[in-house]
Amino acid sequence: MGVNVVVCLKQVVDPELPAQEFAVDPHSRRQVRTGKALVISTYDENALEVALQLKDKGAASGVTVLTVAPAAEAKDAVRLALAMGADRAVVVDDPRAPALLGVEKAALLGAALRRMGGADLVLTGCESADWVERVVAPLLAEAIRASCVTFVSRVEAGGGFVTVKRLADDGVHTVEARLPAVISITSDESNRPRLPKIRDIMQAGKKPVETVPAPALGDVPGAMADGVEVREVAIPARTTTCEVLEGEPAEQADALIQRLRALKVV
Amino acid sequence: MPRILVIANALDGTLARSALELLGGATALAGAGGEGVDALLLAPRPLEDAAAALGRHGAKRVFHAAHPALSTGQTDAALVAAAAAAARAEPEVIVAAADTVGRELAPRLAFRLRAALVTEAMELRMDGGALIARRQVYGGRAMATLAVTKRPAVISVKPRSFDVPEPSAASGTVERLAVEIDAQALGAVVRDVAAETAEVGLEEAQVVVGGGRGIGGADGFTLLQALAEALGGAVGSSRPPADEGWVPISWQIGQTGKTIRPNLYIAVGISGAAQHVAGVSGARTIVAINRDNQAPIFSLAHFGLVGDYRHIVPALTAKIKELKGT
Repeated sequence: MGVNVVVCLKQVVDPELPAQEFAVDPHSRRQVRTGKALVISTYDENALEVALQLKDKGAASGVTVLTVAPAAEAKDAVRLALAMGADRAVVVDDPRAPALLGVEKAALLGAALRRMGGADLVLTGCESADWVERVVAPLLAEAIRASCVTFVSRVEAGGGFVTVKRLADDGVHTVEARLPAVISITSDESNRPRLPKIRDIMQAGKKPVETVPAPALGDVPGAMADGVEVREVAIPARTTTCEVLEGEPAEQADALIQRLRALKVV
Repeated sequence: MPRILVIANALDGTLARSALELLGGATALAGAGGEGVDALLLAPRPLEDAAAALGRHGAKRVFHAAHPALSTGQTDAALVAAAAAAARAEPEVIVAAADTVGRELAPRLAFRLRAALVTEAMELRMDGGALIARRQVYGGRAMATLAVTKRPAVISVKPRSFDVPEPSAASGTVERLAVEIDAQALGAVVRDVAAETAEVGLEEAQVVVGGGRGIGGADGFTLLQALAEALGGAVGSSRPPADEGWVPISWQIGQTGKTIRPNLYIAVGISGAAQHVAGVSGARTIVAINRDNQAPIFSLAHFGLVGDYRHIVPALTAKIKELKGT
């Protein structure tokens, strides 16, 4: 027994790439992806880890990963997720995916979930590493009429509920949410993503991967996406230059304090 | 100019500073002396002082929802009240703080109202009939400009994006908003709140000393605390120390974590990942202390000290103390 868990994954250009590799395409008004390393968005991996821990404890009956992406781009992310321990994957093949914002992504994910017969528990990252909208979990919860908690580090499931730790502005909230629930996951020391073993990587290729062309989801309500237009994405001009203060620590400290005093900062 | 509803969070029994910030932003957006700015006050019990404060800071009408279920972290209850207030006030634009509740509430309210949605906005202005929102994207490496033409629109605003306006003698009308909340029907219920005592309010501090992975462990942060103390400031961290459990999560500064705008930010052992930079780019002066002279943080800093923080930070602390004559 246990709950049926779906983890939503997004692929992004590796956010750790150095700044000089970052460029914006003025036409699409999105980050240039061509030739850049793609990775699973930071917190999505933590979400998968939380799901896998639920499965390890017997609280989850199965873990499915779900992603909306151009199918060819999604292969590495899906393989990694399956190697980490997910049971199966569903890829909604949509060539528009990298440019879609959260409102449209959430609508597609909702349609895909309905097609999959729903889920008891849906986990997402608390934010994507690129657009950081933080909207997919709450919108998806509304779309599938589930309860919702965001910025959660720990999840326990049982008895038709999940009990979660939400990292809040004022500390840690313990929240009880009725299933079905959509929970967004942030990182802490308990959910550091596991590294797959060679054997798991070998066997990942045998796990089922279903690819669904986005049009097969039918008419996805996307009315909310109307009315918000991305006019520009611009890299702010760098206005500061760094003055490097040399010398022994005491000299460096002196030089710094002198400058900070001149600026009336101290 | 648009009729605006500000969602004012007093779910823990005191009015959040962000509510007043939002009124400042909304008043500027509404133009014409802030006509058409309303506020929804969410509180667990009647809070006359908070309602009056909203009026003094720019709300022409205050809709006060008071219900025991409108308590700390209770998004589901807040959502019921917000939907009721939207029906009553008929706003064209609804603004909420992108705080713990607001991050959940804004998208869900937008879905229910079939509204346009922008989250984590940092700047708002009108351009003809379009509401222009600007926000950080790609970990703060770029700014996106979004034009919102649909009404209603729900906008969540990153805390500290607007200044608290000067209070005036004006007062808004206060109207109690009856909300029916069935506590049994709420999907998610807060069972416990373990408040973390933040050190000197990180978000308010004029001087912040931040530590990163380069600090190496919990012990190293004592050196940073000594420096912060000498400067009368607060200590924060980038994501790795919080993830590793070296420091409380409440210390984390960045995209995920707090946004700071101090006069002076001293980044110690912090490489300068976009995730962190997003939270500190509002600092007036940035000092970077790092062993790696190629660390990206130096491209953001005004002053760079290359070397071992274990030697530099105590030297700095000693000099500051000397200067202050203590």
